[in-house]
Amino acid sequence: MNILVNLLVGLLFGFGLLLSGMANPEKVLNFLDFAGHWDPSLAFVMGGAVIVATIGYQLTFRRAKPVLDASFHLPTAQRVDGKLILGAAIFGAGWGLVGFCPGPALVSLALAAPATLAFVPAMLVGAAFAAWLKKSRPVPQEA
Amino acid sequence: MALAIETEFTPLASAAGGALIGTSAVLLMLFTGRIAGISGIVSRLVRPLPDSKPLQALAFIVGLVIAPLVWRGVSGSSVDQIVTDNLPLAAFAGLLVGFGAVYGGGCTSGHGVCGLARFSRRSLVATLVFMTAAILVVFVARHILGGAA
Repeated sequence: MNILVNLLVGLLFGFGLLLSGMANPEKVLNFLDFAGHWDPSLAFVMGGAVIVATIGYQLTFRRAKPVLDASFHLPTAQRVDGKLILGAAIFGAGWGLVGFCPGPALVSLALAAPATLAFVPAMLVGAAFAAWLKKSRPVPQEA
Repeated sequence: MALAIETEFTPLASAAGGALIGTSAVLLMLFTGRIAGISGIVSRLVRPLPDSKPLQALAFIVGLVIAPLVWRGVSGSSVDQIVTDNLPLAAFAGLLVGFGAVYGGGCTSGHGVCGLARFSRRSLVATLVFMTAAILVVFVARHILGGAA
């Protein structure tokens, strides 16, 4: 049941990325480019997502536990540390280079643009390397 | 590509797509109690821990990957996408995105949507940092170097 829910929610998330324009790197780059052909659309993606998630989370957290699990698995880290800042800065730089963040890159795999097929394996290598670096020192669960 | 191409302003489709993303985040929390952060879900595959439930993470990613195929089948419309043809740049950017998102504990979805919706201070800081970094990189690439992105 958990597997099915994950599959369907992943599918819905993918539809959201496709409908919103997030899966078009040129649109993402134009959102980030105030000095060029600025396209404010992605502010609406973020706004729509955050508003719905904020309200939905408030209602969800009234429950003692999720429907299919014994407890919520929420991030426990509280401190803003160097890893958070450095990681976010590196992530943002890569995002700005081609306009792909992890969700849109994965949702674009089946469209098979050569750049996507270069980006995704490299992204997995980068992710595995960061996970390996962090493994030696277990950290509180993160977002 | 050498020149930035104009894209159409799509407030309605973008807000509706955003609402779908938010709905997905809520459903995942309601049913499985987990954050719908893509880099977090990917890291459950590349770093399996006792609690990481890699099969569930894999199922989510399969859903994400088949989305454009189902989308085309249901809506009949293709997906517009303009992406760089500079493959070394794409691979380098992929490395940075994968590394940075996992090292920083989240990406656009985990910090930018779910984290902000939980009023997480870490996620607010991360979102401001990655937005700023991305805006700076786009500015340098398009307006100072001109053409790389």
